[in-house]
Amino acid sequence: MQTALSIAMDALAYGMALFIICIGLSLTMGLMRVVNLAHGAFAMIGGYIASYAARDLGLGYAFGIILAMIGTVIIAVPLERLLYRRIYDRSELSQVLMTIGITFCVIGITNYFFGPTLKTIPLPAELARSVDLGFRSIAGHRLFVIASGLVVAGGLWFLIERTGFGIHLRAAVENAPMARALGIRTEIIYAASFALAIGLAAFGGVVGAEFLPIEPYYALRYMVTFLVVVSVGGAGSIPGALAACLLLGAIDVTARYLVPDFGNFFFYLAVILVVCAFPRGLMGRAQ
Amino acid sequence: MPATPSASRTLGRDLLGLALIALAGLAGYWLFPDNLAFLTRVISVALLVLSLDLIVGYCGVASLGQGALYGAGAYAAGIACINGVTDPVLLILIGGGAGATMGLLMGAIMLRAHALPQLVLSIAIVQLLHEAANKASSITGGSDGLSGMSPAPLFGIFEFDLWGRSAYLFGLGLLLIVFAVLRFVTRSPFGMVCRGLKEDPLRISALGIYAFPVLLKMFVISGAVAGMGGALAAIATQVVGLDSVSFEISANALVMLVLGGIGHLYGALIGTVIFMALEHIVAAINPFHWMTLVGAVLIAIVLFAPRGLSGTLDELARLLTRDRWRAGR
Repeated sequence: MQTALSIAMDALAYGMALFIICIGLSLTMGLMRVVNLAHGAFAMIGGYIASYAARDLGLGYAFGIILAMIGTVIIAVPLERLLYRRIYDRSELSQVLMTIGITFCVIGITNYFFGPTLKTIPLPAELARSVDLGFRSIAGHRLFVIASGLVVAGGLWFLIERTGFGIHLRAAVENAPMARALGIRTEIIYAASFALAIGLAAFGGVVGAEFLPIEPYYALRYMVTFLVVVSVGGAGSIPGALAACLLLGAIDVTARYLVPDFGNFFFYLAVILVVCAFPRGLMGRAQ
Repeated sequence: MPATPSASRTLGRDLLGLALIALAGLAGYWLFPDNLAFLTRVISVALLVLSLDLIVGYCGVASLGQGALYGAGAYAAGIACINGVTDPVLLILIGGGAGATMGLLMGAIMLRAHALPQLVLSIAIVQLLHEAANKASSITGGSDGLSGMSPAPLFGIFEFDLWGRSAYLFGLGLLLIVFAVLRFVTRSPFGMVCRGLKEDPLRISALGIYAFPVLLKMFVISGAVAGMGGALAAIATQVVGLDSVSFEISANALVMLVLGGIGHLYGALIGTVIFMALEHIVAAINPFHWMTLVGAVLIAIVLFAPRGLSGTLDELARLLTRDRWRAGR
């Protein structure tokens, strides 16, 4: 019972960390129709910035998160203008290739500046100690990740479904020329949602660093995981991404606890079964 | 199909192309006698990239899991060799058969989905096989790799020696045969239907052709080619590692194909040779510089040369000849 509970807690926290990172990718893929394999690279950049700020400059965890999000967006916006804008209408293969290219460049350059070692992000005392929930105690950091995931999910749902920006975004996705004709500046909408997605990636990279450690090959190692999760959930759907992250996170964590020598076998088996049963993802829309 | 007036000319061009490949291969044999093991690996990977071209370039099915087919061939040949089947030609056929079987399986799964989920399925399949090969270490050797195979001399005469001369020439011969067959396959009505399915699936189905069996057939052919590539690697290096069935080799194969040019058999060869030669040189200096370089090249190709090197060369040649033709008038 005790084991089952701790597995469930770990699975929930891991799923939420995955969700924070992947929801940005789900938005770029579902709403902007760009297969951005470099998403993990931006999460990695966020992790490096936070590690530099919190560990080397001693600025603290909260400040590290904020700096990571701002810094990553500052790096990403010129890339959107120069590179991504040119592949919005191109085939999936071109998008995959260019974003793999960006990932490789980010890995090479990051390693050149920061070296090939693992980067840690020191947790503040409040998150490092465990919290007593009455029936059992849980690491404060896990609780923080779960709460952050819920806040991100709720906030995004509100932003897309209930605000003026969300209406403009959905209009631009549905029919870009018509949206432009109605006076919506689609380039700005696209750039803003891209920046939002990247900011979330950086945030997820920092808070998820306990599960997915920050190192130079991060972008490549988890690229497949992120892509798989988004496509299982159905690109562009917030509940779908949440369901996929919790499901696959649970399978991954449980398999690692119970049958560790099988590695990712059950994770990918689940992926194949889900994609075969739901070719558009759990909650994907018909195109 | 009506015979085009240029049929004899294309035959001549094919023969010329084959002769050029043979010449380039033999030149490599004379120029780099100390690097024959590496050159054999290039040939083996070239077969993998050719097989990927059949799926991506001729059918328009994006795949990041071609390593599954390559690895199936490599492991099948390796296991057969350890269990007493040592004739190299037979081993290649076993590898091709295993690859074709895996191609049938993989195609049957992948063709259920489209676009992005299809790409994800291909990745999931190769990762699944990677984990399975790692776990089944009593058969595959696990992360230590499968070793201890000693193939018999080729045709009973040519030993697979330390310098890898016979392995290289054997590989070159295999590549020429496969290339000639693929040239024929892609030109056949079947190959044309595949191209049609890539360009305009709706129109092809309006002609009364059901896409699934056609694409599945191409998957099987592609699997056979990739499997032979894997078997060649197993025979030449006498080791089969887990890296032969990995996402990395699949992604690299796609990069090589794009570099050379999708939808051209020659493009697949050019891309493989250039990529692997550069990797051989730059990665030896600093692997991270190599990653940055590959990344920059990929971005440049997507932006400036979407048809790859061979496509761009084609275009240049066409421009030049057209200008000359105009000047001649």
